Amino acid sequence: MKIKPAVLIVAALFILAPLVVPSWIMFILIKGLFMFIAVLGVTMFLRGGQVTFGHALFYATGTYTVGFSVKWFGFREALVLVPVGTLAGLLMAALVGLIMARYRGVFFAMLNLAFSMILYAVLLKLYWFTGGTDGLAIGVPTLAGVPIHASGFAFYYFSLVIAGIATYVVYRFLASPVGYLLTALGENEIRIEYTGESARRVLYLTYVLAGGLGGASGVLAAFTIGHVVPEDAFWIQSGEFVFVALLGGFESIAGALMGAVAFEFIQTYASKFIPYAWQLMLGGIMLLVILFRPGGLFAIYESAVEWLRPKKEGIAHE
Amino acid sequence: MLAIVLFDGLNYSATLFLLSVGLTFVYGVLRVLNISHGAIYAFGAYMATWITIKLLGVGLPVFLSYLMLFAGAVIIGLVFGPTIERLCLRRIYGSDIHIQLLLTYAILLILDDAMKLIWGMEPMFVSEPYTFIGMFEVGGIIYPVYNFLLMVIAAIFGGFLIWLLRRTRFGKIVVSVIHDREVSVAMGVNVSLVFNVAFTIGAFAAAMGGAFIAPTIAVVPGFAVEVVVMAFAVIAIGGMGSLEGAALGALIVGFARAISIHLFAELELVAIYLIMVLVLAFRPEGLFGQVEERRI
Amino acid sequence: MNDAAPILEAVDLTKHFGMVTAADGINLQIKQGEFVGIVGANGSGKTTFINLTTGYLKPEKGRILFMGKNTVGMPPRDIIKSGLARSFQIPQLYTNMTVLESLLLSLAAESGNGGSFWHSLFGDSRVSEGMDMLERVGLRRYANRFVSELPEGGRKLLDIMMSFALKPKLLLMDEPTSGVSIEDKFEVMDILVKVLQESDITTIFVEHDMEVIQRYAERVLVFNDGQIIADGEPDSVLADPEVIRTVLGKV
Repeated sequence: MKIKPAVLIVAALFILAPLVVPSWIMFILIKGLFMFIAVLGVTMFLRGGQVTFGHALFYATGTYTVGFSVKWFGFREALVLVPVGTLAGLLMAALVGLIMARYRGVFFAMLNLAFSMILYAVLLKLYWFTGGTDGLAIGVPTLAGVPIHASGFAFYYFSLVIAGIATYVVYRFLASPVGYLLTALGENEIRIEYTGESARRVLYLTYVLAGGLGGASGVLAAFTIGHVVPEDAFWIQSGEFVFVALLGGFESIAGALMGAVAFEFIQTYASKFIPYAWQLMLGGIMLLVILFRPGGLFAIYESAVEWLRPKKEGIAHE
Repeated sequence: MLAIVLFDGLNYSATLFLLSVGLTFVYGVLRVLNISHGAIYAFGAYMATWITIKLLGVGLPVFLSYLMLFAGAVIIGLVFGPTIERLCLRRIYGSDIHIQLLLTYAILLILDDAMKLIWGMEPMFVSEPYTFIGMFEVGGIIYPVYNFLLMVIAAIFGGFLIWLLRRTRFGKIVVSVIHDREVSVAMGVNVSLVFNVAFTIGAFAAAMGGAFIAPTIAVVPGFAVEVVVMAFAVIAIGGMGSLEGAALGALIVGFARAISIHLFAELELVAIYLIMVLVLAFRPEGLFGQVEERRI
Repeated sequence: MNDAAPILEAVDLTKHFGMVTAADGINLQIKQGEFVGIVGANGSGKTTFINLTTGYLKPEKGRILFMGKNTVGMPPRDIIKSGLARSFQIPQLYTNMTVLESLLLSLAAESGNGGSFWHSLFGDSRVSEGMDMLERVGLRRYANRFVSELPEGGRKLLDIMMSFALKPKLLLMDEPTSGVSIEDKFEVMDILVKVLQESDITTIFVEHDMEVIQRYAERVLVFNDGQIIADGEPDSVLADPEVIRTVLGKV
């Protein structure tokens, strides 16, 4: 498998980052990594021309997997909980997807929202079980039995590995026949049918994968943030995933990463300077992206590369 | 007890109808699901409440408060309708659905915060229009007259829209645009203008809904999204783009809500979504919706 | 090379659309290896017949037997998987990918990987096979261009090739030369016919152009008002006064 040089550079940057940047930036990067994993799910749907306003359903599935594990068993082992949370997300998606895979467009977007808000309501109301508005505290995670700091080196590299695995899985999915058929969803499902394949199955598989990604992300988030709350399933959380996918650009996996990291930086600074207009800013940026640069940050990056290339050749000849 | 459920059901149905008829109308004409509809509704509630408080504070009589609420709705409708359509929607009519959804969602986010910035986080109440006409008694049950006023308003508004569409020249033009955009253009219809007016009507409807629900609730930030999800459930059940569908959907969801509140209050939200999923499972285009077959 | 049992058989096939009779108790048999043309005025039921045969529509009455098996009630994708393929009057293409990628999807389906979410689309020497196919119909230079960049005739050809790449036993083509310029029609059909006959695929094609029918069809079925009013060799069928009156007159 050929790997593009840009990919290696990015990987190298992420691997070396903790050695050079201050710890608060490392914390932002960790948050960016699990945001990236969740957003990969939204990006895949966007490749199929579908928006989901309810991705937080899977994210919350992941966070509460950790929450319940801590509450009932006092168990905080990351190496076990990431696969378990991923599985929980996969199962949730496998279930909900049975209904969701039949819909497209507006219905797909809003039904997903409805389901995530149902989970939110359940998490909120069954307070004796879920901790209600207070949520559940997580405490210090362990990695292979060793307690680690959720914004330290070990957890950073662990998150990086999970992100790498997620990237690989999504990459293979998108390079497969199903991944290509995904781009025809809502566009030409007749041709899909007449090739002998089922459009519903394509969407269902995508849905299940997205669920797993959301679950994995939720587990990492639970450890990083330190506690889980019903708002993990709220529409605002789903909206942030959508925002990141749009900002980064959904034509490429790299877009999701760019958007996620950019978002975490924006969030860190915005809460200092404009604490009361966060949604306004998100909405405003979304408008600008949609109206002027629908390809997002990734498109800007590609244009920049295009623009730089001829110059480089000129220099080489001198 | 049954009577209470009946009244509650009708009451909820009326509010749901006012809430969702604008959404379905805009979808029918422009083929856009305006997610910011919920925010316009909330803005209507805020503006109507604020104006009414101010004017009552200056000493105007309470019986005029209904006009004040109406004025608030008109202002919001006339301000947001043409503006949003012109500045934002117009640019994305040809785009894919997901772009349209993202755009109207972005507008929702902006408007949601705008309300917080303008009116703050504290709840606002204006109960005078609600208490002024008092209660009435039927068979041992005491019920607010205002709730009946809402039903009357919903019925009048629905009637107004139907009259507009079926009996006026403008309405016939709108119907032709709904059925076949290209033919309408070929016949010289100014589709841009039709879209603009239709969207404004939808915005006005949303604002009306918000304005008249305001006296019964405390207006707080953040109810825009719950509102649009419910409105979507109503029009999905009834068939998107259909006015009759909005009425039927509103009745179904309204009564479902009334029943579940009296039986198992915890499941209120779930009940509505379950009904939506059930109806869509059997009739994906909604009860009055039209199936669009692709011809090959 | 004709087997005893027909590869496709329609028995009393009936379908109405409101007042319109699109199929009026159609009975026909197609033997393996045949190259059959279907003609008829607009609205005579030709496309309906294809839609019924491929499972896009369900008949009110009657059966369709493909290789002996009744396909009524089966979804199109299952019928396709059992060895039937179809090309469209208006090309049904994947607009968000390249020409080669669209073709590879059909090739992947043919090799059983059409529904795989792990194998690469470009694996299994599929790429060279795809390029060969594009070469044979003169589309090789568009291989890595987006489908939306294809000229009209190219779109038709790609649509047909995407069905052909499924290596079906029976291929139904709905107006393969419509949208192709008059100069190119014979060239396109020459290529197609050669490719199809080399692969021994039974072919049924709907056509409006009588010259194309006369030149390439071994057998012609004439549809009118949902019935087959003539069935035989092109020369005799097209000279039939009844056919001339109902079909050629209207066309």
